This record gives sequence, structure tokens and C-alpha cells, in this order.
Amino acid sequence: MHSTALSSGTPRTDGVSDASVPRRSAVWGLLLAALLLSFLLSLAVGANPLSVGQVWKGLVDPDTSEASIIVWTERMPRTLLGIAIGMALGVAGALIQALTRNPLADPGILGVNAGAGFAVTIGVGLFGLSGMTGYIWWAFLGAAGATVLVYVIGSLGRNTSPVTMVLAGVALSAVLGGLSTFLTLIDETTFESIRAWGVGSIARVRVDDVMTVLPFLLLGLALAVGLAGSLNAVALGDDLAASLGTSVMRTRVLGVLAITLLAGGATALTGGIGFVGLMVPHVVRWMTGPDQRRIIIGSALAAPSLLLVSDVVGRIVVRPGEIEVGIVTAVIGAPVLIALVRRRKASGL
Amino acid sequence: MTVSPGIIDFGYRVLRARTAFSSSRIALRTAVVSAALFAVAVGFAFVALFLGDYPLSLQDVASAMSGRAEEFVSMVVIQWRLPVAVSAVLFGALLGIGGAIFQSLTRNPLGSPDVIGFDAGAYTAVVVVMLAAGSQHAWSIAGAAIGGGLLTALVVYLFAYRRGMQGFRLIVVGIAVSATLGSVNSYLITRADLDDAMQVGFWGAGSLSRVTWSTLVPVIAISLAVIATTILLAPALRSMELGDDMAVSHGTRVGGARAALLVAGVATTALVTAAAGPIGFIALAAPQLARRLTRSPGVSVLAAAAMGSALLSAAHLLSHVLAIVFRPVPVGLITVCIGGIYLIVLLIRESRSRSGAAR
Repeated sequence: MHSTALSSGTPRTDGVSDASVPRRSAVWGLLLAALLLSFLLSLAVGANPLSVGQVWKGLVDPDTSEASIIVWTERMPRTLLGIAIGMALGVAGALIQALTRNPLADPGILGVNAGAGFAVTIGVGLFGLSGMTGYIWWAFLGAAGATVLVYVIGSLGRNTSPVTMVLAGVALSAVLGGLSTFLTLIDETTFESIRAWGVGSIARVRVDDVMTVLPFLLLGLALAVGLAGSLNAVALGDDLAASLGTSVMRTRVLGVLAITLLAGGATALTGGIGFVGLMVPHVVRWMTGPDQRRIIIGSALAAPSLLLVSDVVGRIVVRPGEIEVGIVTAVIGAPVLIALVRRRKASGL
Repeated sequence: MTVSPGIIDFGYRVLRARTAFSSSRIALRTAVVSAALFAVAVGFAFVALFLGDYPLSLQDVASAMSGRAEEFVSMVVIQWRLPVAVSAVLFGALLGIGGAIFQSLTRNPLGSPDVIGFDAGAYTAVVVVMLAAGSQHAWSIAGAAIGGGLLTALVVYLFAYRRGMQGFRLIVVGIAVSATLGSVNSYLITRADLDDAMQVGFWGAGSLSRVTWSTLVPVIAISLAVIATTILLAPALRSMELGDDMAVSHGTRVGGARAALLVAGVATTALVTAAAGPIGFIALAAPQLARRLTRSPGVSVLAAAAMGSALLSAAHLLSHVLAIVFRPVPVGLITVCIGGIYLIVLLIRESRSRSGAAR
């Protein structure tokens, strides 16, 4: 501990010198600014070519003008949903990376999307499900089942390597995808209803469904923040964590519960957006250091920015059409994953 | 060919074949197991000849084979079902060979062409050709599958190459590239006309039923060349498993042998994908299952081919049985589901063993 920290009157327990404090506040400032900027960008850009001035006027002065209606009824709900989904995916990614000590973990890669897709396909194909509201619960169930399954597969071994878990997710996705394909190919109506669902999008969600899922997301976020301290202990290894007074078992069970709520809820609403949970915690870790509390909060701020910017990119590139945000994040995310494994110490976490 | 302990004791009984130009040896157990597996494959494929919408008796099939049956029965057996049965045996062997080559070259039980993104690339190319270019022609689809698969494999290798090739990096890069291609596929499929999209879906499920003699004959011709190349290079492959330095000191030209083996390995998968669509997990599972049965120290190309044949013929027969009791299921979906479960079991086992070999 540095003497300057002692003399400043606020004892620091993390052994970081005062010199890094301005830098750290700069990091938080940067994350918040990015979030605010992407929020405004998402309100300003869309299929309807409104000028920035029109958007601003419609935003601050809600009336019956076209600009105001577009901003408040179309873009605002979508943007707020993007923030909620981004937070959920980013925090779920940070949690799953911390719990499995696996830098390559991501809800999408580990098969959560496939689980949700499979469950929805069963609902539509075998139980005649129709309409978004019905999809939500099936998707939730499937996503939760897949999360638990991959986690169990990954933790059966004493020494599960990152790539083993990723492959378990890929294998699970392949099996579930194969079964889903079968169900869609034998019935054309199922094929038609399902093919759009699996492509992650925040454009088609209805407010009612968001209200149904929001409590789960909030509960998951609260759990994640509450667990952050014990995750620091778990990062040292199970034995050391236990000797520090952390209940490893409790942390793991609650952690998986939080991941299930966050990733399951986000997937149920959107159909599955990959790679956000993979990329964001890495970037945040470079900026904030290895403290899980900072990583989780940082991911909750940074992931919505990434999601909103990706969504805006999807609105711009094929005007007047749109590309779903899940496709944009996959195209951005794969190079990031490749860069991660090309770094020399890929498994260092 | 002789069975003898010979001058050198290898620790297992071997078969030797000696000609004026070459000599080779093969473990007796490997030879017996491979022969048995090929017999099983042919048996399954033969049984599948009887099953279908038009049930046939043993006598029908036998008379059709000898050319004495009435015209319709003869057409059903010779023109429709026989090419499919032959393709089950041949394609299985090709996939097994491809898997054995890649697993040996990457020295990783998970380094098979389907895991490292070949199938995804072939699928994307076919989606583009069928949906964007609107072509349903068999040859253009076959060309697209081969081109897309080769290009993707090349990209994956380039991205994964950094001061040498690591199995771990290769697999993760393959997964990343597959994920991107998968989302591109979804994008194209959601924008396409429903009927076209269904067509693509059927192609992507992987089915032998579209194989006819006119597509099978060229595949057989190229396969023979590929198989011959692999047989010639099998000793080099075995010595390269020990590491490049060791292989060089054994007198193997590592660079040339590796390039030729890569081409052969990619060609096996490309041929199958072009003719039948992506058939996953046979290339992954066959060499490893064969290795366990033959108790050989490394991956054996012959045994992997035999195991691949047996697996694909079994899946083919299963798809016929399912068609009778339930609905027709494309054979590719059967291999994906069973193979995926096999991979999960393999992973659990591997991570239970102390070291975790997939690093």
C-alpha cells in the first residue's frame, strides 16, 4: 500500500496507487459517454430520414408531429429495449466467464440460443403455438435448460479447458439445431414461423412481452451485482475461495441462476444475439483491471453501447431495409474471437 | 502377404505385403476389424435396398441384380436404390478418411473438417448460389459447395496460423468463422422466398436420397484418386504424427506430404458435400471410434474409412426405418444428432482425464 493512499484519509484496500484514480474515473466517464452517445444515435438514425433537429425537437417537445411520434413510439422503446438486452447479455457474459474461468465463454456460443430456438420450434411444431407472447415462455424454458446443461457438462470434469466448454456448446447447438431442422422441414408452416425468430432482433418485440420478462432481467442483474465480491474470491480457485470464507457452492448456484435469468430472458425476447457477452467483458477487463465488481458494472454500461451501435449499423447498411442486430454482432464478434485466440495467452483470465 | 512376427517385433501381430517396389505392414487386428466393419457397412446398405415406398423381397432384389427382373423392379433397385446404397458406403469411407487425415495433421481428436468450418462454408456458398443467383442445377450446387468449403478451410487455416498450427486455435477460429457464416445464412434464408428457403433447408440437412448414377460416377472416379493418394502417403502421415522433426529424420518430405494430404482431406469432404449436402460428425467420430476398436496407438486411415462406412450405412438404414415408422428423416440430421451426443460424451470423458487433451 502506498503512503500517499494512507495520508489521503481514505484507506484503500485494493493496493492501487492514487495515480490511477483519474484514469479510472476517465474510464467510467468514457463508458457513460459512450452509452449516452449510442442512446442518442439510436434515436437519431433510422429508416425514416429525419434530420437531427427534427429528432431533437420531437424528443424534448412531444406533440403530434410525425417526428415526435416516430421518436417516442418507434425508436425510444426499441432503444430502451436495446439497453436492457445489452445489459443482460453483457453481465451474463461477464458472469459466465468469471464462473467458468473461461475467456471464451458466451451465452450464444455455449448453446443458449440453440436451446431457446429448439424449445420454440417444439412449441410451434408440436403444440401449435403462435404469436410472440407464447414464444416467450418456451424460449425461456429452452434457454434455461441449455444454460444449465452446458454448465453441467462443463463442470463435470475437474479441469475443464476453455475449448472443451466451447465445444460442448457447439455440440449441444448442433444436436438441438438438427432436431429443430427436422421439425421445421416436415412442416412448412413451422418453417415459415421459425425461420425469422432465430435471427436476433430488437425491432419486433412488443411492450407487453418486455414487461413480462423485465422482472427476470432485473432479478438477474441484482443477483450478479450481489455476487461480484464472492466472484473475486472464486477467481482465486475453489480452495482459496473456501478458505477466505466464500461459499463456493452458493456462489456457483446463484451465478448459474443469474446467467439463466439474464441470458434466458434476453434470448426469449430477441431470439438470441451472439458475441456481445463474449466481447464486452474482455474490453472492460482491459480498461478496469481484474476486479469482478468493476467488470460487471462496466459490462452493464458497455454492452448496451455495443448493442445499440450494432443495431444502428444494421439500420444503415441496407437502407431502406434492415439487418437484424444479431447478424451484425456475429459479423463483428467473430474477428474479436479470432483475435482473442491469436493472442499468446488466450486462456489467461 | 504373410502373418509373422518377422525380424522386428512390433509388439503386435502384423500383416506384410512385399512387392519389388514397396513393402508395407498393417497390424492384424486393424485389418480384421476394418474388414469386419466394411462387411457390416455393405450388409446395412444391402438391407436398405429392400426398404422404401415400394417394398421388395429378397428374390426381387436378387433377380434385379442379376438382370432378370421385370423392368419396374429393375429400375427401382438398379437406378434408384443402388446408387444411394453405394453412396452410403463410399461417402462414409471418404468422410472417415478425411477425418483421419485432419485429426492426424492437427494432432487433435477434434480437428475434423466439420468442426473447423468446412461444412459451414459449403453451406453458405450453396445458399448464395440457390437464393441469390437462383440456380438449382446440380453441378452449380456441387461447384459452389466445393468452392465455398475450400475457401472457408483456407481462411480458417490462415487465421489460425501463427508461428505454427495449434489444434486449439484452429478449432476456435473454425467455430468463429462458422458462427459468422451461420448468421449470413440466416439472413439470406429469412429474406428468401419460402419455397426456395425450404429447398435450401433440405439441402442443408444432408441427404443421400438425391444421389443418382450420373452424379455418383464422377465422384467414384475422383474418390479412387483420392484414396490412392492417401494410401501412398499413409506412412508419411503416421511419421508426421510424431512431430515434424521426427518425420524429417525418418526421411519424410514434410512440406510436400502435408500439402498433398491437405488436398486429399479437403477433397473427401468436398466430394461428399457436393453430392449429398453436409453430413456432419462422421469425420469426427469415425477415426476415434476406430482407434478404440483397433487399439492402435494412432489414427489408422484404413480403420477410419471402414468405421465411416459402417456409421453412415447404419444411419442410412436408420433413416429408412424411421421413414417407415414415422417420417422420412434426412440422414445428415441423424448423424448430427447422434454425433453431437457422441461429441458431448467424448468431451466429458476428456475433461475428466487429468490433462484435458484439447488444449
